[in-house]
Amino acid sequence: MENAVSTLPAFAPALPEIVMAAGSMLLLMYGVFRKTSSTAEVSWGAVLLFIVTAVVIVEQGDMRAVTFGGMFVVDPFTHFVKLLILLAAAASVIMSVTFIRREGMDRFEFPVLISLAALGMLMMVSANSLIALYLGIELQSLSIYVIAAFNRDSAKSSEAGLKYFVLGALSSGLLLYGCSLVYGFTGSIEFETIARLIGREPSSIGLIFGLVFILAAFAFKVSAVPFHMWTPDVYEGAPTPVTAFIIGAPKVAAMALIIRVLFTAFPTVSAEWKQVVVFVSIASMVLGAFAAIGQTNIKRLMAYSTIGHMGFALVGIAAGTSEGIRGVLIYLAIYVVMNAGVFCCILAMRRQGTQVESISDLAGLSRTQPMVAFIFAMLMFSLAGIPPLAGFFAKFYVFMAAVKAGLYALAVIGVLSSVVGAFYYLRIVKIMYFDEAAAPFERPMPGELTVVLGLSGLFTLFFFVYPAPLIMAAQTAAAALVP
Amino acid sequence: MIDDGHILSLITFLPAIGALAILLVRGEDAVVARNARWIALWTTIVNFVLSLYIWWKFDPTTAAFQFVQKSDWLGGAISYHRGVDGISMLFVILTTFLMPACILASWHSIETRVREYMIAFLILETLMIGVFCALDLVLFYLFFEGGLIPMFLIIGVWGGKRRIYASFKFFLYTLLGSVLMLIAIMAMYWDAGTTDIPTLLAHDFSARMQTWLWLAFFASFAVKMPMWPVHTWLPDAHVEAPTAGSVILAGILLKMGGYGFLRFSLPMFPVASAEFAPLVFALSVIAIIYTSLVALVQEDMKKLIAYSSVAHMGFVTMGIFAATQQGVQGGIFQMLSHGWVSGALFLCVGVIYDRMHTREIAAYGGLVNRMPLYAVAFLIFTLANVGLPGTSGFVGEFLTLIGTFKINTWVASIAAIGVILSAAYALYLYRRIVFGALEKDSLKNILDLNLREVVTLVPLIGTTIFFGVYPAPVFNVTAASVQHLIADYTVAVEAHRVAEAKHAAPALPAKLHVVADR
Repeated sequence: MENAVSTLPAFAPALPEIVMAAGSMLLLMYGVFRKTSSTAEVSWGAVLLFIVTAVVIVEQGDMRAVTFGGMFVVDPFTHFVKLLILLAAAASVIMSVTFIRREGMDRFEFPVLISLAALGMLMMVSANSLIALYLGIELQSLSIYVIAAFNRDSAKSSEAGLKYFVLGALSSGLLLYGCSLVYGFTGSIEFETIARLIGREPSSIGLIFGLVFILAAFAFKVSAVPFHMWTPDVYEGAPTPVTAFIIGAPKVAAMALIIRVLFTAFPTVSAEWKQVVVFVSIASMVLGAFAAIGQTNIKRLMAYSTIGHMGFALVGIAAGTSEGIRGVLIYLAIYVVMNAGVFCCILAMRRQGTQVESISDLAGLSRTQPMVAFIFAMLMFSLAGIPPLAGFFAKFYVFMAAVKAGLYALAVIGVLSSVVGAFYYLRIVKIMYFDEAAAPFERPMPGELTVVLGLSGLFTLFFFVYPAPLIMAAQTAAAALVP
Repeated sequence: MIDDGHILSLITFLPAIGALAILLVRGEDAVVARNARWIALWTTIVNFVLSLYIWWKFDPTTAAFQFVQKSDWLGGAISYHRGVDGISMLFVILTTFLMPACILASWHSIETRVREYMIAFLILETLMIGVFCALDLVLFYLFFEGGLIPMFLIIGVWGGKRRIYASFKFFLYTLLGSVLMLIAIMAMYWDAGTTDIPTLLAHDFSARMQTWLWLAFFASFAVKMPMWPVHTWLPDAHVEAPTAGSVILAGILLKMGGYGFLRFSLPMFPVASAEFAPLVFALSVIAIIYTSLVALVQEDMKKLIAYSSVAHMGFVTMGIFAATQQGVQGGIFQMLSHGWVSGALFLCVGVIYDRMHTREIAAYGGLVNRMPLYAVAFLIFTLANVGLPGTSGFVGEFLTLIGTFKINTWVASIAAIGVILSAAYALYLYRRIVFGALEKDSLKNILDLNLREVVTLVPLIGTTIFFGVYPAPVFNVTAASVQHLIADYTVAVEAHRVAEAKHAAPALPAKLHVVADR
């Protein structure tokens, strides 16, 4: 706890962020001062940095602390989410190693930017005031804008970066506007203080406006409908490892931020924000399910899949209970692992030295690479939410929370859209298993992809055997916010 | 000696272990295929023998769950809880009994990707047994839905021409029904605080809630059963699936619907069941008459048998929702009997399909001249399908009709017409395929049953006749559990009637008063 008389705030709670920041700088220096290409070393260095940071976080135990004048918070919730973010970031750095070498994007800034983005996400998760929140979001977003356009010779990649930047800047504008409204009507930027001040008097219309602006900006970040338009273009255009990165960690961070803001700053106006969340959730689930059907590019398909999945995760937030938060956290954890596996498969789609991205290129994969096809198929079934795979449990817990909260309509629409969604996941399985074999992909698959894919596959397949640790961890994390 | 508490888990997961063993087989394609077949065959046979151990040790005097195993799983009140009672035990045996036949039937008819095929079947067996042993709703759902994945692949990879359409239809139809059940399961969890089936059986849901829960479960089981009008996935799936896939579909997957009604709808939502019984009767009767008529005009053998399955399942739902001792016992018996009879019919179709590669009825005729053994086997199963006394098909159909007759004479009378219709389409099919002169050149060299096919079919013939003549072993097992089920059901429905009457009672004098005033 911060001592009121001391001039320096307590640094211990922020130790993981400090390690990350220092480590990223170190990697940057290393990359700059090495004469020869050092991307691979910097990449593995970044992975090591993530591991060290994770260890620091684990070492903190279930610390609960607020520091930097109430701007920065650490509790079991942040622990859970930060570990998840580091896992997702580490997986995507590992997956990028071979790709960026092959595709002529061999520049050491790539892993450095990813670790800076990860640092921004850690900040977002620990944010306890509107300023800290904005800082985290911007650090994360700016790093990602750059890596989205990292393949600078490709028009598509540049377009993706620019699009992401312009729309991201717009959402930042919305966020700042919302923050200023909230500050104007409550007089505070600290979450707990805001909650206390709102609780004292009936909520004013200005405050609700501010809340809606903030929610709109967050919806941008998690690519929830109706703020999803950038997602398919950016996911398709960005280099595949970048897509693998932005489909995972930033979503987790943004979702955690939504939870933090709604449950600690605006619990007293939950009736107001629940309507918004319910609408956004339904719209995302339905659009994600229907729009993905017509896609031919696998990355674009995964973009719509993500929109749908964010809709499912939002179901848990709409429930507004501790079970709901637990559901969202379980959802995010399983979602991150499944997507890492899927992107390993997408990265391995290479023919005659070029990357292919069309879904029809997967034809007959079950004959040419039976093991990869099997895991890919299981990941698809899992994304569709078919038991006994991990994806089922993800959906199970969020809908469980929704049913408890009496949101039957939301739950029914959700499960029905998951049936529609099952159609396009099955289509990929069909192409791999039922169609005649196309030319095989380049083999062997790079070692690091095999490892990540294998781990992701094992987790997805056998999660049901021993699900208790993840569920317990999520429960502890959720209890930190809503006892 | 085997620990009784783990025997069910052993039986459930042994096929999965067999699948793992097949996965580890290395070598030339032909060697892998041969080893995969043999491993699969032995796994399923051993599993069948093991499952007989349950029947042997089963205590038929009690309605309680036996061989119970319970351990922590998802935390909270959702546990890994397994056990069987008189209703579910025989379905486990039915599953393990049909599996070796399925493996044998696929011996030569599956030549591509044999390893994957056998793995899919063994995993499917694990999931099916899991359904019947589950004593926790979430666990039940897990196995119930999980079965879609291997079946989807079996139809889609090894199926016929329109396999893709059929596999998608099968998957999405069944999934659509089931997700609503999932919501209902969650609602039950929050109402009762657990998904433990024995606890839920004792839990009273409010009448209003029962209605919704019943409808949600009905959506799932009616599709699985399948009941008219949501049966349309079945003919497609049957026609396109490989022979063994059809056997499993008709023999076991369909029974999950009936089992679900018996395990959940009737005992957990008795009031709603009584309320909706007329609806089920209506749908059952339509299924019996309508699909029998549809079966009459089919050109494709498998499609004909598929429609006849829908009709026979109509008897099952009718018997179950009559909620009398005879009706329910008959329903269970009918499901078991239909399990091996329709399975055997599909095997018979498979036998000639393997030789001629067509299922068109018109392509055959006069097979009796070249295939006497086949003609005998096919005749026995056809008659069992018709419900001839002396075969197992008769017992179930007769009991469901008796059971329903007590409750609703009209329904039973109309359903009895279905028995005549089933004789019409089944014998008509038999005549066109087996009797007559052998005129088609393509059939001139067709061979009779080989040893493998005889080995596959003889146990099924034996079972059909044995249980047709002496059904007591089945009834001994099911009696106590069914009695318990019916007793609980009657008490709950009566209690609700009394409560309703009490509720309505104060209104009565007021009405009289009004009348008196006039």
